[in-house]
Amino acid sequence: MSAASRKAAESLAESLSKQVKHFSRTETRRLIHQFEGRCGQQPGRRAGSGLDRGQFRNMLHRTFGLTHDIIMDRVFSVFDRDNDGYIGVREWIAGLAVFLRGSLDEKIKFCFEVYDLNGDGAISREEMFHMLKWSLSRQPAEEDPEEGIKDLVEIVLKKMDHGHNSKVSYADFEKTVREENLLLEAFGTCLPNAKSIQAFEQQTFQDLPQL
Amino acid sequence: MGVALTRAAQWTGPARLKDTPANEALVRAVAAFVEQLGSRHPREAECVFQEPLRWRTALGASDFQTEYDISGPTVQSRERDEAGRPLLHLSPPDVSVLTFSQLSELLQVAENKKLEEVRACLEANRDPLVQILGPEIEQKDMPSELKSRLLALLQQLDSDLLRLSIEHVSPNAKKSSEALKSEVELLWTFCGDENLLKSVKYTSDYVFPNGCRSPPWRQVHGDICHLLVQPYDIEVLHITCSISGVFLNMGVTQEGAEESMYDRRGDLYEGLVSLLAATSPHFAKNVSRQDFTVLEDSSSTQNNPHVESVDTGNCGQAQRPDEHREKNVHEKARQWLGPNKPGCTKKLEPSSKWSKLGLSSPKWEAEKKKKMRKTPQPDVRRKTNFSGSSLHGQSTQRIKTTSDDFSESSSESEEDEELTERRTETNSDLPSEYWQIQKLVKYMKWGNQTATVIVLCALRDFNLAQETCQLAIRDAGGLEVLLNLLGTEEVKCMIGSLMILKEISRNSQNSKAIADLGGLQTMVDILDSPNKDLKCLAAETIANVAKFRKDRRSVRKHGGISRLVELLDCVPDPSPSTLQKQRDVEVARCGALALWSCSKSTKNKEAVRRAGAIPLLARLLKSPHENMLIPVVATLQECASEPSYRVAIQTEGMIEDLVKNLSRENQELQMHCASAIFKCAQDKRTRDLVQQYGGLEPLVSLLSHSENKQLLAASTGAIWKCSLSMENVAKFEEYNTLEILVKLLTNQPEEVLVNVAGALGEFARKPANRVTINNCGGIPPLVNLLTGTNQALLVNVTCALGACASESKCMGTIDSLDGVRLLWSLLKNPNPDVQASAAWAICPCIENAKDAGEMVRSFVGGLELIVNLLKSSHLEVLTSVCAAIGNIAKDKENLAIITDHRVVPMLAKLTHTNDDTLRRYLAGAVEHCCTWGTNCAMFGEEGAVAPLVRYLKSTDPAVHQATALALYQLSKDPNNCINMYENGVVKPLVDMMGSTDEVLQEAAARCVRNIRLLALANEKARYG
Repeated sequence: MSAASRKAAESLAESLSKQVKHFSRTETRRLIHQFEGRCGQQPGRRAGSGLDRGQFRNMLHRTFGLTHDIIMDRVFSVFDRDNDGYIGVREWIAGLAVFLRGSLDEKIKFCFEVYDLNGDGAISREEMFHMLKWSLSRQPAEEDPEEGIKDLVEIVLKKMDHGHNSKVSYADFEKTVREENLLLEAFGTCLPNAKSIQAFEQQTFQDLPQL
Repeated sequence: MGVALTRAAQWTGPARLKDTPANEALVRAVAAFVEQLGSRHPREAECVFQEPLRWRTALGASDFQTEYDISGPTVQSRERDEAGRPLLHLSPPDVSVLTFSQLSELLQVAENKKLEEVRACLEANRDPLVQILGPEIEQKDMPSELKSRLLALLQQLDSDLLRLSIEHVSPNAKKSSEALKSEVELLWTFCGDENLLKSVKYTSDYVFPNGCRSPPWRQVHGDICHLLVQPYDIEVLHITCSISGVFLNMGVTQEGAEESMYDRRGDLYEGLVSLLAATSPHFAKNVSRQDFTVLEDSSSTQNNPHVESVDTGNCGQAQRPDEHREKNVHEKARQWLGPNKPGCTKKLEPSSKWSKLGLSSPKWEAEKKKKMRKTPQPDVRRKTNFSGSSLHGQSTQRIKTTSDDFSESSSESEEDEELTERRTETNSDLPSEYWQIQKLVKYMKWGNQTATVIVLCALRDFNLAQETCQLAIRDAGGLEVLLNLLGTEEVKCMIGSLMILKEISRNSQNSKAIADLGGLQTMVDILDSPNKDLKCLAAETIANVAKFRKDRRSVRKHGGISRLVELLDCVPDPSPSTLQKQRDVEVARCGALALWSCSKSTKNKEAVRRAGAIPLLARLLKSPHENMLIPVVATLQECASEPSYRVAIQTEGMIEDLVKNLSRENQELQMHCASAIFKCAQDKRTRDLVQQYGGLEPLVSLLSHSENKQLLAASTGAIWKCSLSMENVAKFEEYNTLEILVKLLTNQPEEVLVNVAGALGEFARKPANRVTINNCGGIPPLVNLLTGTNQALLVNVTCALGACASESKCMGTIDSLDGVRLLWSLLKNPNPDVQASAAWAICPCIENAKDAGEMVRSFVGGLELIVNLLKSSHLEVLTSVCAAIGNIAKDKENLAIITDHRVVPMLAKLTHTNDDTLRRYLAGAVEHCCTWGTNCAMFGEEGAVAPLVRYLKSTDPAVHQATALALYQLSKDPNNCINMYENGVVKPLVDMMGSTDEVLQEAAARCVRNIRLLALANEKARYG
């Protein structure tokens, strides 16, 4: 790394760590370093744009153990604030802050954005159905698989639809999750579990040689 | 088909058949009908529809074969109708069909997708009959014979379909129809009575196998039967009785009715009587008067047996106890109001009741009417009183919200929801929760993590404290699934599962099942988890599950005890500053809860101690929070049955905290503290500490909670044990404890009485207290308690009475209550402890009673009884009986009697004992028994002298005294003197003459004197 780029990275870390409260400056620096390492692996890419959808999903799957296709796509979209199809370094660090160390409030907001597939500010019955479609796996053949999913959707609606309008608004979602934390990831895992967080942090913040 | 489809089929939304078993069956039946029509009725099958049936199909051109004209994606049949339209026309995705034969061809082409096709067709053509036969069918005149034959076939199908759907309804209808039948029978008994009804008729005499009389297509709506009721004051009432209740319809008659006639008019009522009462003022007036007489009747039957006999006997209508009570009552009432019955009139004398009835009935009527107006409920979903379902309000609410979620603003779908809801409500004795839970457990089995978490949250919304829900989860195989979840890595699933297990394991059947499935081991493993929520939940669940010894052992075997003890390791902070600390405290609390359950086994107590729990418990005992203190103190008091704990509780300074917590508000905590003190205060030092920390006063003040029996038992127990120290007794006296305790001798459970009696026994060691007990009226209740069977109680009561009997005033009271006889009869008790304490109590009684000898003789067989107790192998019994015999023998007549009962050889046999207490009382008994007849010599013959001489080597001065006295008595017989002398009695006796005890001095001296006199006389005789 040239002196100039190191200096640039330094100042970026400086400014980012001020924006993102969950990471210290050193941690931010390391995250930037790691991010650039990831981006650098990709051949034939224009510089500075960041991770594309495929890479990001790959990473979600390998590092954080997410499996659900729809959800991973949505996580990408939530990370990708400027909607340019790439996760830039700022987006990456802002997203990771919630991902790894987010407070309950932040996580509620994050999950809701993930689940609101069309971004209209509410999770509709159809969206739920879409996300829960494969959640009943080992169903005996004689049962209608859709029936079970529909049932699940109704169960969730009953728990969450405080506005009684057949969809779950952000306020509904927040209220429900506050009452019952277990329902934070009600429509599919979209946050890493404690183990993979620990592994990631260890790898990023401790195992690397001092910069 | 029309009726069946619009009525029986369950629709969601305007164009969607619901996926229910009923609909499934319906679609199948329609498909079978269509397929068979082509072969069975070829001509009718060719009949061209008025309008084609059109729907969106999944079939494509490629599915059709060569008989069809296929051009690109569109397919046409070669056959055409008169107008030249092809009988089948497919242009994907739409298809239109004009005959049944084409329809059946199409279904064959569709093969295994044919059910979907039929379903799509039915959904797209909501009124197929009109489309097939034209609008003429409404006018009932058929243009052609062919069409009318087809109509007949379709109607046949229609009724078949209805029957099919009734199969799904009938189980509920059956029960309700029976209840209804008895209600109608009740109404029949009202008929003809000019005050009530003219007639009650069914519209149909035909009864379906399920007990209903309504036509099948109404049964699917829940209708059971239709009635025509003719009251006196208004026109005929057309009434529909349905599963959901009773209501007026628009005019269903015996001749049948238009469909609209079945609609509801007015409110829904619970029963026929309430409907009639609300509709017919005349009926209401009279039926309410009847109710009044019934009430009057039941309240005054006792004072009017004559009228009662008229009711039951003379009218020839004896009451049948097996009949419905209400009916019974009404019948009786009718007799009352029917004075025209022959045989009844003349005997029914006008009583005050009649006038009373006339006077007060208007007021009653008004009230009744007010009530009636309230009865009708506008809510159609109301539960009926005869549905036999045990649903609770809560669950009805839940169903309602579910159906609200489903309803898509179509009136039809709402109606369908009603239907399904009724079904779930009345399906069987099991409430709907049961089936909902079954379904949820099923999803939990199939679901991935996301679905499982949803289901777990939904399950938690049920009232898991209710047994139905607890057992529903078990019956559905939910326990296995929940325990399996604990073995996964998914923290959310584990937490959810434990939350449910924690609740349902309060049910002992469930906790047993969980233990049997190896759940304890899994939960013990979870205690190692770094997640504190998991630790807490696992510990709480263990607390619930470890109820049986086997399960507690298994916690220990799996290493659970040491892990639970580890949970206790936290510093109780009066105000936990951080969330983190609060968590730690919660973990410790849950650990203590689990240890409380586990520490009910002796081996576990030991394991808990070895795991180092005592210092941790001591630290937690300083916590300010009651919810923490309760399990901690409870564990301590449970373990305090072990001596090691009692020592530890004292040395770790826990007494101070226990005493402090006695003054808290929470009664459970007070109870555990008192109980811990109860168990520990056997130790003198502990008792002193309790007093030192000011624990005696709070203990006494706990006695005021007389309604909490557990607390009372614990606090009286602690008082009892603390009063073992005389200093404490003195302290207790300051708080008027004795008076309070005496009041607790009546109307208390045995565990309280045992402790109260024990405490009184200790208090009565002070003579002043004996008088107080007597003055407070404590003796009569104590004597009363002698008739009980609780052995611990008998021991304590006899002790207390024995102590009191030393006071002559008390003795007088005991004697007047015949207490000695009761004490004496306790010698027959099989428990040696009771025998012994009774015998001990008898001693002071004999000493202090007036005419004791006479009294003892008056107990038939009493002396024989007590002498025979000398055969006992129980040391304490022997000792006490010897003491009693010593007292009895003071009366010469009694001594003669016990001598006849061979008391001497029995006592002699006992002389070989090494127990000093027994020696002392035995020697006393020997001393007193020597004074009769040849007893003195007999003791010698029986070999009692040599052992007695050895008693002098004992270290106990009391033994010395008693023995010396006995030896003095024995020395009156020359052979005994020789015997004593040979056994070397002189030296110890001479030593004892130097004793400070004057009685001993004298007895020893007299004995030596006798020996010496004998020797002198001997010498005199020999040497003259």
